[in-house]
Amino acid sequence: MASQAKTNVIDPLIDNNPITLQVLGICSALAVTTNMMASLIMCIALTTVCAFSGAFISAIRKHIPGNIRIIVQMTIIASLVIIVDQVLKAYAYEASKQLSVFVGLIITNCIVLGRAEAYAMKNPPLLSFLDGIGNGLGYSLILMSVAFFRELLGAGKLFGVQVIPVASEGGWYIPNGLMLLPPSAFFVIGLMIWGIRTWKKEQVEKPDYQIHQVHRTEVL
Amino acid sequence: MEQYLSLFMRAIFVENLALAFFLGMCTFLAVSKKIETALGLGIAVILVQTITVPANNLIYQYLLKDGALAWAGLPEVDLSFLGLISYIGVIAAMVQILEMAMDKYVPALYNALGIFLPLITVNCAILGGTLFMVERDYNFAESVTYGLGSGFGWALAITAIAGIREKLKYSDVPDGLQGLGITFITAGLMALGFMSFSGIQL
Repeated sequence: MASQAKTNVIDPLIDNNPITLQVLGICSALAVTTNMMASLIMCIALTTVCAFSGAFISAIRKHIPGNIRIIVQMTIIASLVIIVDQVLKAYAYEASKQLSVFVGLIITNCIVLGRAEAYAMKNPPLLSFLDGIGNGLGYSLILMSVAFFRELLGAGKLFGVQVIPVASEGGWYIPNGLMLLPPSAFFVIGLMIWGIRTWKKEQVEKPDYQIHQVHRTEVL
Repeated sequence: MEQYLSLFMRAIFVENLALAFFLGMCTFLAVSKKIETALGLGIAVILVQTITVPANNLIYQYLLKDGALAWAGLPEVDLSFLGLISYIGVIAAMVQILEMAMDKYVPALYNALGIFLPLITVNCAILGGTLFMVERDYNFAESVTYGLGSGFGWALAITAIAGIREKLKYSDVPDGLQGLGITFITAGLMALGFMSFSGIQL
């Protein structure tokens, strides 16, 4: 039990990361990462929704009829997202304006629904809650690292605080404006996947088409 | 008329849901290995988007907006906090109805698109389209145009990346980048290409 709980939280961080391996929840990973503050709020929001939706869905899992389960899951998730959205509007209005539609889009974030379907429907509430926390943290890890690079290289700032003096204010660093634009998020995540898979060889995908290696002796 | 044409073009190219706002990325990366399947999914998205955005627009205008219930004698009621749950409900219901209607009247199309339709409920491009419509306060005609345009833009993007990936599988990609990694880089380059539309004023 205890070891299972520990695996649920640790495993999704690198070994079974929702973004880099399971290809889930990528939309917001790309869109909100221009600065670290917005990403942090997004991470907290997603982890909360993911953990509680896991717990609630798992608590009533034996009463959900199989053929309408998606709608039931959606309703629970949407209600949780409404709560998060209202809390953000009340206590962090600026941030919720900046995140615009992306808080609402947590409803269709595949991590939340994916974990509900794959884990919470088969396991008890406490474990599902921890599984939600673990996947939320795995998502946060990627999101925060992407935001770190984008904000640092794009504006010379971290959490809105200037850490590298930029040229326009008399410093030496000329900000790379591309990092603040949408395409850079793709490049940063692509390179990050490359890094993780070089380190963890077993995550490498098999190519669909093998290029035939021609040896020198075959030609002769 | 011109205003709608410009909104339509802007929804397809400048504000492309997939490449400028990253919506529907999960399916965009997962179901883009073959042109045929990508095209099928694209058409399904156009259909659903053109129906759900105007439908949600009506719900927002006449039920949820601040003061929208004036016609029922309740001018001070503001139900906009119920937005998210109503929109997703409408989307799920519409997809279900569309699936049943297609099964009955156009079975050939149903067999071609069948497996993609349930996927569309959780496609963020659909909910995203609705939320942008609400945020920008479109009227009914604009929401029809926006729904069609944004669906079309998404379909265009996924078909294009599927075309690139079909060719890409014959190239020699480093091991760690194989599959997902190189797809991200490709999508990034496509997004760069689409950014060249952003300076166009319509």
